[in-house]
Amino acid sequence: MAATMRDAFIEATGRMLENNADSVVVLADIGISQFKEAGLYDRFPDRFINCGIREQLMVGVAAGLAKEGFRPLLHSYTPFLLERPYEQIKIDFAHLNLGGVFVSIGASFDSSLSGRTHQAPGDVGLIKLLPDFDIYVPGHPDEAATLLDVAAVDDGRVYVRLTEDLNSSARPVVPGKFHVERKAADGSPTVIAVGPMLDRVLEATAALDMTVLYATSVIPFDGRTLRETGATEIVLVEPYLQGTSAAEISGALHDRPHRLLSIGVRNMELRKYGSLEDHIQAHGLDADSLRDSITGFLSTG
Amino acid sequence: MGNTDGYSYHDLEKLMSLMTGDEKHSFSATSTLDVLWTLYDSVLNIDPENPQEPGRDRFLLSKGHGPMAYYAVLAAKGFLDVSELEKWGEFDSPLGHHPDGELIPAVEIGTGSLGHGLGIGVGMLMGLRLRNQNQPRVFCLLGDAELDEGSNHEAIAMAGRLGLERLTVIVIDNNSASLGWPGGIARRFESEGWSSATVDGRDHEDIKTALTQSHPGVPHVVVARVESK
Repeated sequence: MAATMRDAFIEATGRMLENNADSVVVLADIGISQFKEAGLYDRFPDRFINCGIREQLMVGVAAGLAKEGFRPLLHSYTPFLLERPYEQIKIDFAHLNLGGVFVSIGASFDSSLSGRTHQAPGDVGLIKLLPDFDIYVPGHPDEAATLLDVAAVDDGRVYVRLTEDLNSSARPVVPGKFHVERKAADGSPTVIAVGPMLDRVLEATAALDMTVLYATSVIPFDGRTLRETGATEIVLVEPYLQGTSAAEISGALHDRPHRLLSIGVRNMELRKYGSLEDHIQAHGLDADSLRDSITGFLSTG
Repeated sequence: MGNTDGYSYHDLEKLMSLMTGDEKHSFSATSTLDVLWTLYDSVLNIDPENPQEPGRDRFLLSKGHGPMAYYAVLAAKGFLDVSELEKWGEFDSPLGHHPDGELIPAVEIGTGSLGHGLGIGVGMLMGLRLRNQNQPRVFCLLGDAELDEGSNHEAIAMAGRLGLERLTVIVIDNNSASLGWPGGIARRFESEGWSSATVDGRDHEDIKTALTQSHPGVPHVVVARVESK
């Protein structure tokens, strides 16, 4: 078992390169040293294309490779994979209808010491704006491995969000499906914990009579499992910008009057450093804060 | 595909007029006309009956603005049914004011937003290299103002340093870059190891000679000068 999602990613990339001769890795410097340390670069030197610190080119080159029938995997730190070359992703992949795997590392405030330049809590929201992207948000290295293996053999567009913020154990992962972590009576309030939020959500709701759904795929969004809970009071807890999947919940329950509390990273310039835990607390995403938010929401119903 | 018998360069204005309804065309359309004609008439190896054949040359119109000349040349050469031209811009027409490769099989990529074609072209060539396909060439047409986009310079640097000799860029220079190109456009490419030629963008023989000249081990740029915008 890989100890970190980055380790799981390196191992999954090795499997992809081994099993699919049409797979290629396209980089903009970030990640190349890890692939060299793992020996993958020496094993597959032609299948690694490092564009240097040129993120727009990284996306364009990957699209050109996809045009020629390859399965490109693009990887960088989140802001440089998605935000810097966003229009290239929109045009070169979505508009040209090409497939590829986008794998980020450094989610939300993983890089708590680095400040806003290295933080991109809007990542999933941005990719959601583009058509036909599947979006995976694992919360454990084993889940990351499963989802990366799925993405490698897909032919569409996939975004896999990797993080250093981990749950203590892996859950069963089926792309496009929520895992029912805890089932309360039909119609009970339901909380959807996305990726690395699960452990803190379980701690926060331990004494509450709530169904807990665990989401590692947010697009496709498993509205069916949500509907089957019968819930009319929903809490969405996301490790990125709060409310990112609120529209999907609204769509899934369009014919059912319901209330929704969206908890996630606040859209603000925090301008603080410190640890990952400091930032989790600052955004109200620690277990105590979650408990306060959720009980407050339920008490006003 | 439509019957292309009898279509010559001199019919292009008429074909463009099927789209625009008159014979006055914007600079963005007419600036590319002679280069496009020369490419499709005597340079590119692409079969209009099988425009996605793997061994074909790839042509990328990065400068997707003013595609009437492109559509007219495609129609004249049998890549597009002439009857489609009259429907230009209509809701169900495949011919928009920027070309869309998902709607027109002979068009490699949809463009319009500037600065996308060259990076994709570099990736296509790297893909061809990985497949040991050494015959197809990639041609990419840009405008001189489009060169302002920084993404082009990321691609120019990489193509030069990798020595992508199957890559040719054509820059249509109608002096439309707002801040100009001090020292000349070709020098920007040469500094990254490209070979270059500067030609009269209305002279078909000059254009053909520049597009087919040998440039072993390095990519090639042809700066085609036309009337100022």
